[in-house]
Amino acid sequence: MDRRHFLVGTAAVIVLPLAPASATQEAMAEAIRKVVGTATPTEGRVKLDVPPLVENGNTVPLTVTVESPMTASDYVKAIHVFNEKNPQPNVLSARLGPLNGKAVVGTRIKLGDSQRIVAIAETSDGKFWIAGADVIVTLAACLEEST
Amino acid sequence: MSARTLCLGLMLVFAASYAMAQVGGEKRRSGYQDMGEALQKMQDDDTANPGMLFVQLGGQLWAKPAGAENKSCADCHGAAANSMKGVATRYPAIPQGADRPVDLEGRINLCRTEHQKADRLPPENRDLLALEAYVAHQSRGMPIAPPYGPVLDAFRAQGEGIYRRRQGQLNLSCAICHDDNAGKKLAGIAIPEAHPTGYPIYRLEWQALGSLKRRLRNCLVGIRAEAWPLDAPEYVALELYLMERAKGLPLETPAVRP
Amino acid sequence: MSNILVNAPKTAKRGEVVEIKALIMHPMETGFRPGPNGRIIPRNIIERFTATWNGAEIFAMEMSPAIAANPFVSFFARANESGTVVLRWTGDEGFAVEERVAIAVE
Repeated sequence: MDRRHFLVGTAAVIVLPLAPASATQEAMAEAIRKVVGTATPTEGRVKLDVPPLVENGNTVPLTVTVESPMTASDYVKAIHVFNEKNPQPNVLSARLGPLNGKAVVGTRIKLGDSQRIVAIAETSDGKFWIAGADVIVTLAACLEEST
Repeated sequence: MSARTLCLGLMLVFAASYAMAQVGGEKRRSGYQDMGEALQKMQDDDTANPGMLFVQLGGQLWAKPAGAENKSCADCHGAAANSMKGVATRYPAIPQGADRPVDLEGRINLCRTEHQKADRLPPENRDLLALEAYVAHQSRGMPIAPPYGPVLDAFRAQGEGIYRRRQGQLNLSCAICHDDNAGKKLAGIAIPEAHPTGYPIYRLEWQALGSLKRRLRNCLVGIRAEAWPLDAPEYVALELYLMERAKGLPLETPAVRP
Repeated sequence: MSNILVNAPKTAKRGEVVEIKALIMHPMETGFRPGPNGRIIPRNIIERFTATWNGAEIFAMEMSPAIAANPFVSFFARANESGTVVLRWTGDEGFAVEERVAIAVE
């Protein structure tokens, strides 16, 4: 490589923008914005049940419970869960109604790394409620050849 | 004191201490006890335990005819809940007329080739694991009860030798982690005592059901040793020793493990 | 034939809120994992789970690649009338299976 090419190459590297510090936090914020629009969710009423320390991120038990009478005039319309460090920010979106009796969703999720997960509940009056939880993901020892 | 009285007295002492050890003082821990509460709940609930999906599949396969003989397992063995009760607690074992022990997968494949005239199922094949899970599940809750005999004992001694032998780039033996350091933390997780109480297990890392052989290969990779070939007799010998070490602990198949 | 386990009560009192749990065998391949040859294994997930009670929707969930393999779902439903609960899973590669359970309400 001659001197000119080297200098041009170096200049290009210096000019390149550095990657944003928390690109996936932005992705989660954007995904939340898609659901709540311009509204600001209120903290409360939503309970995120997830173990604080997880032995394996492949199967993390998660239960989201929202306080609500679940009557025809006052019920939870939807529950959304987001994450901040997986390749994409969405986890699940559940649609509920008065026929549920209780606003609860239980499932098992994948977490690629220790991170924050956020649950947003939408109630029939159009309001949004929010709760978050931090999960530490550890990994078992002694894995397969390909990992 | 006569020899007879002494003998009787000693027997009473042994019986009493054996009883005490079983009832009050079981010091060994199954991997279940090293898991967090959420995973224990997952294992305990038969409609949340992913291993039960494979047990259900195994039940369907049990009734399905196979091979040139077009026979199902049920045609010879009837209802598994009767005929297979206790079987998994006594494996590995020596098939009639054979000179070496087989594990439960080996036994199922023997039935397929000899009685159903069907093909052997390869290691970690989903149907093979499902059948093994279904058979072992019939012994859930029963204490592990290894069989004995001169040939078995010789293979078991070989297994113990493997267990205690240092190997791999990290120069570790099974005993160093699972006897000397069980209960201590390794990268945030407690080192289990390594009792095969729930095989085939649903290992979260695999997101699937897998055999003890697969788990042992993971161990070998973990200590940077070369994993023995899939049909190596070492796996059965080691399992023989591990089941002896776990004697009396209840079977949990299908277990959930991280 | 898909492997499914459902836990729902066989009977319930009118108005009682019952829990329904369902587990289905499915790899939930995320589409982000490299295989043994280094190439990404294509995505293959269940995208949608729905539950109806005598035809009326009682629960629906959009799943993403972040849902664990062999997906488990639990939710609650008010037992208003005897009938059939139909659970449906649909997803990639034309995956579409259904399971029915009968609940008697007194």
